[in-house]
Order: sequence, then structure tokens, then C-alpha cells
Amino acid sequence: MALHITDVSKRFGPTVALDGATFSVAPGEVHALIGENGAGKSTLLNILGGLLRPDRGSIEVEGRAYAPGSPREARERGIALIHQELSLFPHLSVAENVLVGTEPRRAGGLLDRAAAQRRTREVLAEFGHPDIEASAQVGRLPIAARQVVEICRAVASRARVVLMDEPTSSLQRQDVERLFALIRRLAGAGAAVVYISHFLEETREIADSYTVLRDGRSVATGRLAEIANEGLIAQMVGRTVSELYPARPASAPGEPAFEVRGLVAPPVVRSASFVVRRGEILGTFGLMGSGRTEMVRALYGLAPAGEGTVLVSGRETAAAGATASQRLLEGIGYVSEDRKGEGLALPMAVADNITLTRLSTCARAGFVNARRQSEQAEAQARAVGVRAASMEQPVRALSGGNQQKVAVGRLLHQDADVLLLDEPTRGVDIGSKAQIYEAIAAAAARGKAVLFVSSYLPELFGLCDRLAVMSRGRLGDARPVAEWTPAAVMEAAIGA
Amino acid sequence: MKAKTRAWLLRFGPFVGLAAVILIFAFATGAPERYLSANNLRVVLAQTVIVALGAIGMTLIIVSGGIDLSVGSAIALTGVIAALHLRGGGDPFVATMLSVVAGGLIGLVNALVITRLRVVPFIATLGMLGMARGVAKWMADQQTVNVPATWVNQLAVTFPTPEWLTFAPGVWLTVALAVAMAFVLRDTVFGRRVFALGSNEAAARACGIAVPRLKLLVYSLAGLFFGLAGVMQMSRLRQGDPTVAIGTELDVIAAVVIGGGSLSGGEGSILGSMIGALTMAFLRNGTQQMGWPNYVQEIIIGAIIVAAVAIDRLRHGRE
Repeated sequence: MALHITDVSKRFGPTVALDGATFSVAPGEVHALIGENGAGKSTLLNILGGLLRPDRGSIEVEGRAYAPGSPREARERGIALIHQELSLFPHLSVAENVLVGTEPRRAGGLLDRAAAQRRTREVLAEFGHPDIEASAQVGRLPIAARQVVEICRAVASRARVVLMDEPTSSLQRQDVERLFALIRRLAGAGAAVVYISHFLEETREIADSYTVLRDGRSVATGRLAEIANEGLIAQMVGRTVSELYPARPASAPGEPAFEVRGLVAPPVVRSASFVVRRGEILGTFGLMGSGRTEMVRALYGLAPAGEGTVLVSGRETAAAGATASQRLLEGIGYVSEDRKGEGLALPMAVADNITLTRLSTCARAGFVNARRQSEQAEAQARAVGVRAASMEQPVRALSGGNQQKVAVGRLLHQDADVLLLDEPTRGVDIGSKAQIYEAIAAAAARGKAVLFVSSYLPELFGLCDRLAVMSRGRLGDARPVAEWTPAAVMEAAIGA
Repeated sequence: MKAKTRAWLLRFGPFVGLAAVILIFAFATGAPERYLSANNLRVVLAQTVIVALGAIGMTLIIVSGGIDLSVGSAIALTGVIAALHLRGGGDPFVATMLSVVAGGLIGLVNALVITRLRVVPFIATLGMLGMARGVAKWMADQQTVNVPATWVNQLAVTFPTPEWLTFAPGVWLTVALAVAMAFVLRDTVFGRRVFALGSNEAAARACGIAVPRLKLLVYSLAGLFFGLAGVMQMSRLRQGDPTVAIGTELDVIAAVVIGGGSLSGGEGSILGSMIGALTMAFLRNGTQQMGWPNYVQEIIIGAIIVAAVAIDRLRHGRE
């Protein structure tokens, strides 16, 4: 076995992050680690990568005991950790990025630049990417090339065990294909790959075997070919999710609440027109770079729009020159796809985050009433199922799924009539997803108009009334979901 | 802005700035032959030595993604230490070495506070700014420390002896050290790891770089330069003055930033920082020759710092 993990456990203060994880990976095997957010996957990878030390349990790498004290030791034993966010040095060259930590030296600590270039070119060629310049600055490379650089780092260090944490979360489909080709090549060369992803379909495509982690414990392990998605999900959440998507009673759509006519937002958005009615969820599918995010941002006044008009409950305004504060007053709410960057105030308390867009409801004469704020926040947190120790806890301390629920909670607290949701379930575990879907469906049932932008097909089909596809900056016509098939959506998204 | 223009700015911006300053004052003073004379160059270079030495160390720190606000206080303290040793009849070379080592120790303490106590560099060195200044005043008994005439006093004079040196020994020393450090930053594994650290600290750690040890090295090495700057300061004043060099850290940071250093780390060069230091020195010199009051000089330098960083933002593009 390339990697053998027995009963590894780890706690942080009162929180048990890992409580007996056990599995093995053979050389050349791609092993999927599956579990909800907070199940202990990242903790386990950090232990393997030498960033954390386990409290209990043993690890063997290629038959020998392994207990790394630092990332450096992990690297020396042939373990490479490829992180969720790309961990590259944008200011340095490809060669420096690939060989960092193991730079070829000459006497006196001098960097052997010629050897570094040669070695890097070898690795790049070996990996089928001689097109990438060893001396190019990484910050200027396209994202797909950057990922190649990152994986070449693992290859250059002759890694025997490669750990990948959500490597596809920032990639679009064609780059995912390329990444998978890279992973297969790694495995083909005899490396053991541990692969973590939230996307089950994708995981099936690349992995041979799986281990499900739940509450820090390994609860199931086996061949992926022998288990259906329902079975995996049941293992992950510890119960059968008979209905991930809430049942939505068919009702006659209300009057138009939000209408967009001829929106143009250079350079990406070329044309978008649609209507969302009260009580309706309009889905918008688009691949990365299609302009889906830019469209929403332009509508909310966060990015400049060129032409077009926006009608909110029949009142017409120009799309150009709108500001977010104006849109907010018109009754529009927005959840950003970029939770950390612009979605939440991470160091601030849950209560502050939830009430931030409508502090007036818990303030008098400019003074915030802490008790009222806390009560209101708690009500919203309960409605969307935020798990937090208290409303005073900083949002940063919550898991990704709970952070996202706080973002949705804030939108609901704002009580906007029109909800613009951009990838509201990105990077969120299945349990949290279900809760977010439920909250969105409930808002629609209360008469809100919802625009739901996503690149995840199942949720669009599970939740939306109508669906429109964005492709190369153009938004197609919205049609009832029943008239679409996943294949037709993909075709529209990829097609001209 | 086009990528080409941006690359051009990145490369030659600091040079263009320096050339513009020299040209403007050469003509504005109405006496280009005087402003561009060898004598005036001697004056400017002798005046630049302190900021330039500081900027060599600061480049290292800023490229690594850190900052050091204690430079001015370190210059005062190390100057006082050298002066006390000389006044006690000590050897000038030993006095110089004491200063340099003291500077290194101040940097080491800064780095230990940053790595062990996990205090951000801004605050750690802000604390040191106060402490080093206090210790300097304490050691000097709140007075200036006069020193006997030794060769140390000749280090940063405008007109050196022997005359064939042309520029002060301190100027030559600064040039040699700048070349050496430029080489270290560009061509050694240590130098490239300093860039890696500033470019992405988390990744540096994950790639097995011993980040705390690297920071200790960076701040200590930079401290040696601040100590040497302290010797130069004492040399120019011919006394150890515990109240000297207040705010010098800002000039030093400005030199690095004008020269293309990024306060978010990963970018900067010794050559650029030297250009930055010279730009400010020529500006000061020019405004003095114009007979403009001091405040004009302060306003212009302030505006140049902002302009340099604005250009920095432009060349990084929007967002």
C-alpha cells in the first residue's frame, strides 16, 4: 500500500475534527475522500501534509511509519498537497514555482538557474506541456497553465502520494478535463492520489475507490462503481435524503416583479433580457466566463452597464449608472458568488452580518439595539439553519456551509422583493445545500422573485420554474424547466 | 492601460522619475552646470548614504512581505552605541562593528516578536520604534555623545581624503553592498525564497520553506544595514545623537516604494530602491538650491510617494 491510515484522530479544544479515520490507497489508485463540510477531510489532508499532528492513530507510507513534523518532512517522504486555492507564487517564474523548496544549488547557496530551467523543462515535457515556458512569470499565465505548474511541482518532487483538496472548484469544464488527464497520468506513473471534491459526478469520473467521512469517522469504503449516488449521499449525511430539493407547489405566477430589457455590460455581457414574476424562481445556467456573474453584478450596480433598462415592480430605470445602494432601496437583494471577497464581513459577528443590510430594523436614532439585533439574527439563523455557538461568534469561525447560510440569512433579513443569487451553494456541503434550497423555495412561496444563477445543473433542475442559458455574453430565452434536458442546456451553453 | 505600457512603466518608471527630477532642477535652478557638477553630485551622494543603506535592508523586508518602522530609532541607537564606544577610547573598527551587530540584534528581536509572538510586523516594529529610541536616550543620558576625531568621521564626508577617492568611502561602501545584495536577492536560493515568502506566505510554508527562520534571517540581515546607517549618521554629525533620524524609516520606505517595491510583498529590487533614494536626495538638493522653504520640499516628496504608488496600482491593472 502506498498510503495506509489507521484510526487517526484529532481534536481542537472541545471540537472533535477527526475521530478514527481509517483507509488505504494503493499505488496508481485514485481514492476519493467524500464527506460534508466539517466531516474532517481537510484536517486529514493537513495531517498528511505535515501541517497538523494527529492526537492518535498511525500512518504508513509505502510500508514505513510516517509522522511528519513539518510540510518539509512530508515533502521529503514524497507527499504532495495540492490545495483548494492555488498555492503558487505569482511573482516568480515557472521554474522557481516548480522547484521551490528543492532548488538546485551551486556552492555558496547560489541558485543553479540553468539546472532549474532544465529540470523544469524536463518535468513539463514529461507531463505533456512543453508549451509552458520555464522562465515565464506565473502570475501572467492562464489559470489552466497555473494548475499544470502546481501539479508539476508534485511531479518534480517525485511525489508518491498526491493529496488534492477541491482542485476543480475554480475551474471550468474543459480545464477539469485537462486536470483529470493530468491526474490519470500521475496515477499511471504509480502515484497514489487522494482526491476531495464536492462534485459527486466529477468524483466518479476520476476516482476508482472511495471512503466516506462523517463526523470525523470513516463510515464506508469501497469501489465507486459498486455504489450509487443515493447510497453515497446517505452515508455522507447519515440519513437518506429522499428529497434534496423541496417540493414546490405549482401555482399561477404573479405579476412581473423584475424585468430586464436589452442589458449590455461590456466587455462580457452582450445582451440579456428576461422577466421574473412574483413567486417564481428563474434559473440561469452559464459556464465560467459566459458572463453570468458579470450580468448579475451589472444589474445590481456593482459593475458598469452600457445599455438596457431595468423595471422593478413596473418602475423603469436605466441599467447604466445604477449603484448598489440605489438597487437596495428599490428592493433588490444580492448574494455574491465570492463569499470571502465581497459576500460577508468575515471578522464581524453573525448577528452583524445578518442584519447589516437592514440595520434600521434594530436601531433607534442611529444606535443599534444589541438585544433586538441578536433576536432578529437568531430568528433568521434558525430559518436557514445556521449552526453557530452564538450570534456573537465571528463569521470567520464558521464552516463554509454555515457562512453561506449567513449570507442567505442576510438576504432574507433584508426582505427584498427581488433576490439575485449568484452560485449560492458553491463550496457548500449537501446538508447545507438542502437548507439553502428550502430557504429559497420558502422565499418564493412568500411572493419573492428569485433569479438563481448557477453552474450546477442538478440544482437548477431541482429548484427552478424556468431556465435560461447564458453563453458568450448572451442570455437565451427562458423556458419552463420541463422543456429542458441537461444535454440541451449544455448544448446551449457551449454552442455559439 | 495596455499591457505594453504597463510593462514599460514597471521597468523604467523609477529611472524616468529620477531623470525627470534631475532635468527639471538642472534648468529650474538656472545653473545646470552647477546642479550637474561633480561637487554637487558629491553632496547629494554623501547625503543619500544613510537612506540608501536603510533602503537596501528595507528592500529585503518589503520583498518578503514585511515592514520595519523602527529604522530611524535603530539608526539613533546604533549611532549612540558607536559614539559611546569611541568616547570611551575604543577602537573605531570595533565601534563600527558594535553598531552593525546592534542593528542586527534589533532586527532579530523584531523578527522574534513577529514569528514567536505572532505580532504583525507593523505593530512589532512600531513597538521597537519606541523602545529603541528610549534605550538610545537612556544610554546617551539624554544628551548628544561627542566623539574624538577618528577615521569613522571621514566615512560620509562630502570631500574625502585622499582626493582620488572622489566620493566618500561610505558612498563606495554603499554601492558595493547594493551590488552584493542585488546579487543575493537575484541569484541565491535565499534571495528567491525571500521573493517566494512575499509572493505567497502560505504556499511557501506548504512547500517546505522554514518560514520563521527565513524571517529571522531577513530582519536580522536588514538590521545590519540599519546599524551601518547608524554609523554613517554618527559620522556625519560627528556625535551620537539619540534624537536624530526621527521619521527616517518613512524616507527609507518611500525610497523602496518609489523604486517599485510593493507593500504587499513579492516585488522590489535593490536597484529600484537606490534610484528611489537618489530621486528623493536630488529633490531635496534641488529645492534647497532653488531657495525654496523646507515645506515645499515636504509637499513635493509627499506627492511623489503617492504618485509612485498610484503608478504601481496602474501597472497592476484595475483589481
